[in-house]
Amino acid sequence: MKDIIIIGAGVTGALIARELSKYNLDVLVLEKESDVGNVTSSANSAIIHSGYDPKPGTLKAKLNVKGAALYPALCDELDVSYSMCGTLTIIDDESQWPIFKELLERSKENGVEMLSLSKEELLKLEPNITPNALGALYAKKAGIVNPFELVVNAMENAVDNGVTLHINEGVNDIKAKDNYFIVKTNKGEYETKVVINAAGLYSDKIASMVNDIDWHIIPRKGEYILLDHRTAGLVRRPIFPLPSEKGKGILVAPTTSGNYYLGPSSEPQEERDDYSTDSLTLGNIKTNASRLVPNIPYGDTIRVFAGLRATPSTHDFIIGPNGKYDNFINVAGIESPGLASSPAIAQYVVHDFVEKVLPLNKKDNFNPHIRKHIKIKLLNEEERNKLVKENPDYGRIVCNCEQVSLGELKDVLNRSVPPHSVKGMKRRTRAGFGRCQGGYCLGTVSFLLAEKYGIELTEVNYDNEGSNLIIEKIKKVNND
Amino acid sequence: MIKKDLVVIGGGAGGLAAAISAYDNGVKDILLLEREDHLGGILDQCIHNGFGLTTFKEELTGPEYADRFIKELKKRNIEYKLLTQVSKITKNKEVFYSNSDEGFVKVEAKAIILATGSYERTPGAIMVPGDRCSGVTTAGTAQKILNTTGYLVGKKVVILGSGDIGLIMARRLTLEGAKVICVAEIMPFSNGLNRNIVQCLQDFNIPLYLSTTVSNVIGKNRVEKVELSSVDENLKVIPGTAREIECDCLILSVGLLPQTTLLEEMGGVKFERNRGPSVDNNFELQIPGIFTCGNCLHVHDLVDFVSQEGLAAGKSAAEYIVNNKEEKDKLPVTAGGLMGYVVPNYVNKSAEELNFKFRVRKPTEKAFLYITQGDRLLKKQVLTLLLPSIMVEGKVKLTDLTNEPIEMRVDYE
Repeated sequence: MKDIIIIGAGVTGALIARELSKYNLDVLVLEKESDVGNVTSSANSAIIHSGYDPKPGTLKAKLNVKGAALYPALCDELDVSYSMCGTLTIIDDESQWPIFKELLERSKENGVEMLSLSKEELLKLEPNITPNALGALYAKKAGIVNPFELVVNAMENAVDNGVTLHINEGVNDIKAKDNYFIVKTNKGEYETKVVINAAGLYSDKIASMVNDIDWHIIPRKGEYILLDHRTAGLVRRPIFPLPSEKGKGILVAPTTSGNYYLGPSSEPQEERDDYSTDSLTLGNIKTNASRLVPNIPYGDTIRVFAGLRATPSTHDFIIGPNGKYDNFINVAGIESPGLASSPAIAQYVVHDFVEKVLPLNKKDNFNPHIRKHIKIKLLNEEERNKLVKENPDYGRIVCNCEQVSLGELKDVLNRSVPPHSVKGMKRRTRAGFGRCQGGYCLGTVSFLLAEKYGIELTEVNYDNEGSNLIIEKIKKVNND
Repeated sequence: MIKKDLVVIGGGAGGLAAAISAYDNGVKDILLLEREDHLGGILDQCIHNGFGLTTFKEELTGPEYADRFIKELKKRNIEYKLLTQVSKITKNKEVFYSNSDEGFVKVEAKAIILATGSYERTPGAIMVPGDRCSGVTTAGTAQKILNTTGYLVGKKVVILGSGDIGLIMARRLTLEGAKVICVAEIMPFSNGLNRNIVQCLQDFNIPLYLSTTVSNVIGKNRVEKVELSSVDENLKVIPGTAREIECDCLILSVGLLPQTTLLEEMGGVKFERNRGPSVDNNFELQIPGIFTCGNCLHVHDLVDFVSQEGLAAGKSAAEYIVNNKEEKDKLPVTAGGLMGYVVPNYVNKSAEELNFKFRVRKPTEKAFLYITQGDRLLKKQVLTLLLPSIMVEGKVKLTDLTNEPIEMRVDYE
């Protein structure tokens, strides 16, 4: 009998697992995808919102403010790229002043420090912004994070501290027993005292396996355009338009890796697995982004993608027991500001709900850190040379665009949450993330994956099962 | 710290020729750096023939063509390093490279020649709409996987873009047993060489659909279908023209871009419309002692021209090193009218002749090339059957130059 099964290894599931790994508990995480953080957590705006704009009194408001405050220490412990660069919400039309003032008031109510900037102050901070800007709200404590690193490293830390992770294992059914559950998956069956439902887009389906529920998830698609880091200093922090009922709008933002993205769009849809992009939406993103920053170098576009957000029908996070079952805890509808809130959500779930149904005994040997990642791009000459003497693989650069070494690729394959796909490798190391989009490093990455898992190159997947990159071996190559 | 007279970055066609030429023009202390485990660059994967018609008056395969230059390099005992990546260069002509034997090494050079080639425009760069499934790849990647490791990326293939690599791959894939359903080209003309359209498509009955693009990619894990649509003269999809084609792979041949990361990160370099750096008639950047040639300067249609450019850049670098030759007075060379871009972008005022290369932006049956300085016409020439896929070369005598820019333009009249 497991103590706890967490369904879903997105940012919420991963951080809950990590929080639980501080205690003497038998925790299993089930993830239907081929990697952790493979769905909503990997295609979002990567912003740690300050928490000024959720409606005061909601879980969103409470957990965002608390979560954002936890980020600096968390990212330090988990070796995650994070920058408290602030965010700017700009207005470019006189008619927007009333909303501007309302947001300023709301920030006070939510307890968030917010500055009101004049046009001059704004242009000093962001010289490339539209000359039509009239002013801006400046959330100094907001920031940006690398969401891939966050989920992978949180889960790695959880696994290092005793949590078990199963990938490619989706939940098909759950049976409620007297004081435990039987969780049936595509691979087996488990008994568990507690279920934590962090299944994102499918959390309503999971919840309704044991209980009738009065809420549901609306998949909401957000398309993005990603630009190369060729143009340094295009914007120095995320630039937002004024928020509307549809969300926070289309922004222009830097990433922790120096790239920029434009987006997201925001369209509710039926399907829970449609990640397609379309020209009309992408065109609309360009129009809106250019309104904020006029001279966007669209020639530097390296990728377009879409993410699906799990919008709750209740408009607030759904966190707590599922109906009559205190030991079945839903953590659902974690849309924006979900990423910012997630560290606080993890604490809230563990201490307000899990603790009520299971005794929490602290481990003596909990290690809050993961083994630090080596990023040769960030090292100086001396540090690099010392490293190469110890391990020559760090001298061999395999990704030209992002300056990633063979040593870094091999290192992630030997960690406790290793990548199983080309995409997984890309997220962890940035190999394939640059302007050539893997044109140069794909071969090396594929060979390493094939070698690690003892599979043929034709079995190496880009992403989930069935997304193999090559179809058939036709020749034996003699490399003399 | 290592000191070298000349560091050549890139061991492909351009870099090989540049190193050989610098040596023959008096520079013996040369280091050539190559990131792959072989010299020859992209030629290694180009196993089709057609290389060397200009240089050697015979048709060679890519590896054979490269081998001729590699032998010349080795004959001269020019030092080279493989599996060695240059991660940084500076305006003071320091080169930082990295490999697994030596670690991270700094070289102080008197001159640098950049011959880093090009990279392919990706599906993301042209914002191919639709599902983000596997099975959408670039022609060069498909070529490398097939020709150097022996694997097929697909068996029912649609190719988008009729650039030369796409055309060559249509034939290669067909010969290896894959079905190439069609090649779609968004422009009303192909960007490939005519001989490739005949030999790679027509000879194999592969249809080429002009003014056609991929308007949607459909597939869950791998591509299952692509949707093709016709486009209007503004390259916008015409509603109602969509048709779905079942396939397991979409290959893109939508252009090459100069690989200039090192220059971008160094800073202080101006880039032209074709995304290559600005150079003078000696292939020297605005930063003295840094030269460039080949596809990282502008993308060529024939490797023979890359080699020629390499030879010229190598000679210029040698003159710079041996004679301490530094040109200060440079006049801008501009491209106008139908001209897409021109190389060079500056000419030294002391130059007696200007050798230039350019491409036009659209197919043009007859036009005129005008080269002027101020009110003075330096040259007027009739040009016929101009295509964007064909690079035009020419030269003009320079006499009595003033300080005004030299303006080049191609116009209908």
